[in-house]
Amino acid sequence: MNRYVLSVYVENKYGVLTRVASLFMRRGFNIDSLTVGETENPEFSRITITLRGDDYTCEQIINQLKKLHNVKKVKLISDGSKVERELMLIKVRNTPENRNDIMAAAEIFRAKIIDYSTDYMCVEVTGEPSKINAFIDVLQPLGIVEMCRTGAVALERGSSILVS
Amino acid sequence: MSPANQKKLTGARILIETLIEQGVSVVFGYPGGQVVDIYDELYKARRRLRHILTAHEQGAAHAADGYARVTGKVGAVIATSGPGATNLVTGIATAMLDSVPMVVITGNVPTDLIGRDSFQEVNITGITFSITKHNYFVTDVNELADTVREAFRIAKSGRPGPVLIDIPKDIQTAKAYFTPGAPAEPFEEPHAAADKIAEAAAMIAASQRPLLYIGGGAAANDLGPEIMEFAEKTDSFITCSLMGLSSVSNTCDRFLGMEGMHGRYAATKATVEADLIIGVGVRFSDRATGNTKKYAKNAKILQIDTDLSEINKNVIVDIGLVGNVKETFRLLSEATAAQTRPKWHARVMELKEQGRAIFDKINADALSTVTPRTVFDIINELKQPDTVIATDVGQHQMWAAQYSRFLQPRRFVSSGGLGTMGYGMGAAIGAAFATGKHTVLITGDGSFGMNLNELATAVTYKVPVLIVLMDNTVLGMVRQWQMLFFDGRCSATQLDRKTDFVKLAAAFGAKGERISTAEEFRAAFTRGWKYNGPYLIHVPVDKNELVLPMIPSGGSLEDLITSDERKTKK
Repeated sequence: MNRYVLSVYVENKYGVLTRVASLFMRRGFNIDSLTVGETENPEFSRITITLRGDDYTCEQIINQLKKLHNVKKVKLISDGSKVERELMLIKVRNTPENRNDIMAAAEIFRAKIIDYSTDYMCVEVTGEPSKINAFIDVLQPLGIVEMCRTGAVALERGSSILVS
Repeated sequence: MSPANQKKLTGARILIETLIEQGVSVVFGYPGGQVVDIYDELYKARRRLRHILTAHEQGAAHAADGYARVTGKVGAVIATSGPGATNLVTGIATAMLDSVPMVVITGNVPTDLIGRDSFQEVNITGITFSITKHNYFVTDVNELADTVREAFRIAKSGRPGPVLIDIPKDIQTAKAYFTPGAPAEPFEEPHAAADKIAEAAAMIAASQRPLLYIGGGAAANDLGPEIMEFAEKTDSFITCSLMGLSSVSNTCDRFLGMEGMHGRYAATKATVEADLIIGVGVRFSDRATGNTKKYAKNAKILQIDTDLSEINKNVIVDIGLVGNVKETFRLLSEATAAQTRPKWHARVMELKEQGRAIFDKINADALSTVTPRTVFDIINELKQPDTVIATDVGQHQMWAAQYSRFLQPRRFVSSGGLGTMGYGMGAAIGAAFATGKHTVLITGDGSFGMNLNELATAVTYKVPVLIVLMDNTVLGMVRQWQMLFFDGRCSATQLDRKTDFVKLAAAFGAKGERISTAEEFRAAFTRGWKYNGPYLIHVPVDKNELVLPMIPSGGSLEDLITSDERKTKK
């Protein structure tokens, strides 16, 4: 199983996200995450999809996405040439026993404590998805109350541009 | 945007004007509360755009589909919101799976009532996301005309398909300026790259045993003559999928027939022995290939298709030529040198001979008083070269595919991909409107029972459909599987209905008769051919009659069944 990151440039129109999402269900593809937001041109949105599978599945997904009328461009962002980030908010129990461990972990992971109350702390962390996973592993024994992840966004490094 | 010499038109009027502008001359449909404005405009425009009222929206969708398959034009259908729209769904999916160009118009509740579960409200764009090429929900009357134009453009471009436009009632009554336009041109579609074509030509030149395998894409591009010429030049042979039938004349001696589950022996065996399969507009569907691991295992595969996602989808190919199929095939043909392949030629002739013997044996074993082959021999003899044969889905469909003689393209109208029982009546009506001539519908008692209400439509409009109802009193195709693979447990396939089809035809105002011998069938068909309206011929078929040869689902040629083992054991 490989991990793939796709950038999909779509028209900012009625139902586009549903079209893209329902394609995955219809064709039996599984995705890890899907994020969507406006681009530098408000008429277009950019969807970043991360998925696990083999080259065959990935090729099928790309080709099926290209058939959607509102999809203007699909690009597989290769591992070596991308910057990728995800953001997570994670709420943990704030007790005298674990307080120092949480703060130490946050510092090492360059995370920020963005909410602090007598019983709970909320930590914001940004990074590659693997870093987010590692941070979760560290906080797990300390008592995670709830968390939410944005899913990955990615751009190619240097002069490579999705739509010029 | 308000030219002084222009008046504002309502959305409903703009829709009708745009349909006419896009070349629509017949639209099939059924009125309702949320399209009453559109129907008012249809009434006013009745001399410029003909509306055919069906008995059910599903029939209208199939009629538009049948019309599109025969003419190659974009079919058009109108239905109201809610149940009108949902009744279209099977028809839309049928067109999608067989890549039929169609524009579907639905009304919806006014914009301010959307999302409130209003009377007869459904989210038809949501429902049809995955069974349309694209769909629209119109929210601004100023965008309506261009939306309709774009819908036609999408429907006919590249790999054709159905496009749906959902128009809320307030958009139909709102007004906007209308500027007449021209029929939409398909999106430009380049042919495959020259170096790829050269590579493919080299692959053909190196092949000892090339075999063309053609499908719906060849039919849609009217590639028959080019395919036959190519086969002649390269000493290769032609097989097809169900969707490819009738694109090559059956009189062409390089044509081996349909391959796959119920395909011709020579076609299937040649696929196993070939060293190169040239797929033209085919998607290597499971019904045609069987077990893809064993499919054409001795062959390299060259695939020509307009749809990139079809390359490597079902089988892994050696070369995929993606682009305009007609132009790409023409260039490939040009780049390919003439070559004789006497050994392959002799071998295929041998296979044809063997196939004929197997087929003769199957027919000698047939159980019915009037065998399926006899039925089609008589139809082939009495029909015209340009007669359309439409079918429903089941055993009768496979017999029609095996035995019908096609001499002209676009003359076989059948639900291939979706396998829609109940498709036939509507499709045959649509086909008859397309040709203005007698259309033969081959159907079964199961399929006919699903949409026989369209007899009413055929009577009203005096549509000359010759309905050959092959009645075996069972759901024969499923029962065939039950007999062969489920130890004869015929779960829910025994119909044994008491329907008197001749009286049923009469009750609808049509004519009908029951036959019991070949001569009676011949006489009935001749009478039906002279009748100006629907004419039903009830043909009894033995319920144990099987469609043979057969390769079981997921099997390969080694699993070929050519006779009913149960009978010989008995």
